Amino acid sequence: MSAASPLSPGRLALVLLLLLALLLFSGTLALIAGPAWLPPREVLRILLGGSASSGAPAADIVLRIRLPRLLLGGIVGASLSVSGVLFQALLRNPLADPFVLGVSGGAALGGILVLGFGGALGLGYAAVPPAAFLGSIATALLLFAVAGGRGRLSSTSLLLTGVVFNAIASAAIVFVASLSGLSEGTSIFLWLIGSLSAPRESATLLVALFLLAGLAFVWPQARRLDLLALGEESAAQLGVDVERVKRILLAATSLMVGAAVSVSGLIGFVGLIIPHLLRLLVGPDHRLLVPASALGGAVFLILCDTAARTLLAGGELPVGAITALAGGPLFLFLLRRQVGRNLLP
Amino acid sequence: MSELVLGFEAVRLQLGGRSVLQGVDLVLFAGEILGLLGANGAGKTSLLRIATGVLAPDDGAVRLFGRPVGEFSRAELARRIALVPQRSEVPFPYPAAEIVRMGRAPHLGLLGFESREDVAIAERAMEEVGIRELAGRSILELSGGEQQLVAIARGLVQATPILLLDEPTAFLDLRHRVHVLRLVRGLARAGRAVLVVSHDLGLAARFCDRLALLSGGHVLAAGSPAEVLTPSHLAAAFGIEATVLRAPDGTPIVLPEGDARGREPRTPELAPPQR
Repeated sequence: MSAASPLSPGRLALVLLLLLALLLFSGTLALIAGPAWLPPREVLRILLGGSASSGAPAADIVLRIRLPRLLLGGIVGASLSVSGVLFQALLRNPLADPFVLGVSGGAALGGILVLGFGGALGLGYAAVPPAAFLGSIATALLLFAVAGGRGRLSSTSLLLTGVVFNAIASAAIVFVASLSGLSEGTSIFLWLIGSLSAPRESATLLVALFLLAGLAFVWPQARRLDLLALGEESAAQLGVDVERVKRILLAATSLMVGAAVSVSGLIGFVGLIIPHLLRLLVGPDHRLLVPASALGGAVFLILCDTAARTLLAGGELPVGAITALAGGPLFLFLLRRQVGRNLLP
Repeated sequence: MSELVLGFEAVRLQLGGRSVLQGVDLVLFAGEILGLLGANGAGKTSLLRIATGVLAPDDGAVRLFGRPVGEFSRAELARRIALVPQRSEVPFPYPAAEIVRMGRAPHLGLLGFESREDVAIAERAMEEVGIRELAGRSILELSGGEQQLVAIARGLVQATPILLLDEPTAFLDLRHRVHVLRLVRGLARAGRAVLVVSHDLGLAARFCDRLALLSGGHVLAAGSPAEVLTPSHLAAAFGIEATVLRAPDGTPIVLPEGDARGREPRTPELAPPQR
């Protein structure tokens, strides 16, 4: 199959099935691995015949601790990874990523505002995801307004704006947390670095719904994302209603990022690493890249979280530290290559 | 008389406070190649963008097959008029063949998968343009000229009755220029209407049925190459002095005045060397 051959439904199905198998494998690994390693056969028995073995400590570990966390990790990873693809298509820049651009930071700030001051207004934890969504969409709109103008944003202005947004968001988060007394304990630290250590079932369901809604809106637009890569005017001349597609992308990414950040904090670089890796493996065609990124992002974050839980004997790392350690260098490598191609500024 | 497919009537346009077009009247017929000439910034590209509906004129009318351009949906426009832009920068490593296939987008169904026929059309266009060997190469690795040929192939597969080419030969060597223009000639013979912006007066005179010279926001002259390429028109549009010669078949050949060989160079007065 040469790079020149067109995407067929068969090839699409094949790639997605392979990624699905990888997802099953990483999910199984996540259930087996941890401070207490469980034999694969026992994990399988617990999963299949849950009731027979419930009450046993191993069953509690699998069903109450590892499985919820595995599900949350997969859904957050998928959301962040697809958001990365969409931001890259929207801004026509492979360096775009919700974390790098400060959109995740905006979402976190929205969430923290509700956590810190929402109680006084009668807002409960349920108000955190909508606030995070508002934070991410406000930041994304601000990003267009500040770094925008017509056509393709230069990488320099995009990244500088993102850096500043991130600095402002982190400062504001710490500020809000100090004012409201949230800084006691480690919760604020976990928000800032990103962690999957406190999954709530309702939250997982919400993020899953947002992810599915986002994918349902965006996947049918996938070919239009390819056309957008030719430039907004060329896409328009090929029949794309550019403004409509941009609105859909913006809404979908803000929903997914807001939901993901509201449950896991600032997990960075997933949206950069996975789309880049998949473009190398399966090509840039968005009809394949969008669903493949969802599966790939899920696999990646599940594996990272498994590492976070097992690397440190007797303790755990925030998963955001692991994704940042993996993604930071890759980002620098991509930036370096863009400079080499004279694509900057 | 051939069918009138595209008409500009008294089109005015301001861009960034500058009046670019000040009442442009221009028509394009099926089966002809119309060459659009003019100095840099004369508004040639703006006129093409107006024709495709991505830029709205401040005043005047643009009609496509007799209907105002604004009445067509984006998808309807994309099946009637194709534009090959001067340059496009693609941020992702699509294979050249994929870029060409994107030209089929206006003809695809809901799922957005190309049929066998779409793929065959794209392959034929790459063959015709002479870039079949580039099919699997990443667009990011192609030279300016190669990217231009890919863009031309993409414009061909859009299979529209009207084809707009914005300086399609700017980055091409002479062999490829002639090849592309012969290809375009064939399209016109098959009934398509072609509007081509060019700075190459020689090739424009050779390959276009009619020329239109844009200057000062108006169409300064329109007609056969011999009618348009006159010393006075060239002086008005480009601010140059030029001699216009005739090829044996009557095609005008523009020869700009300059410090050509065999003539006394006009050197500025120099201060006498100091002792």
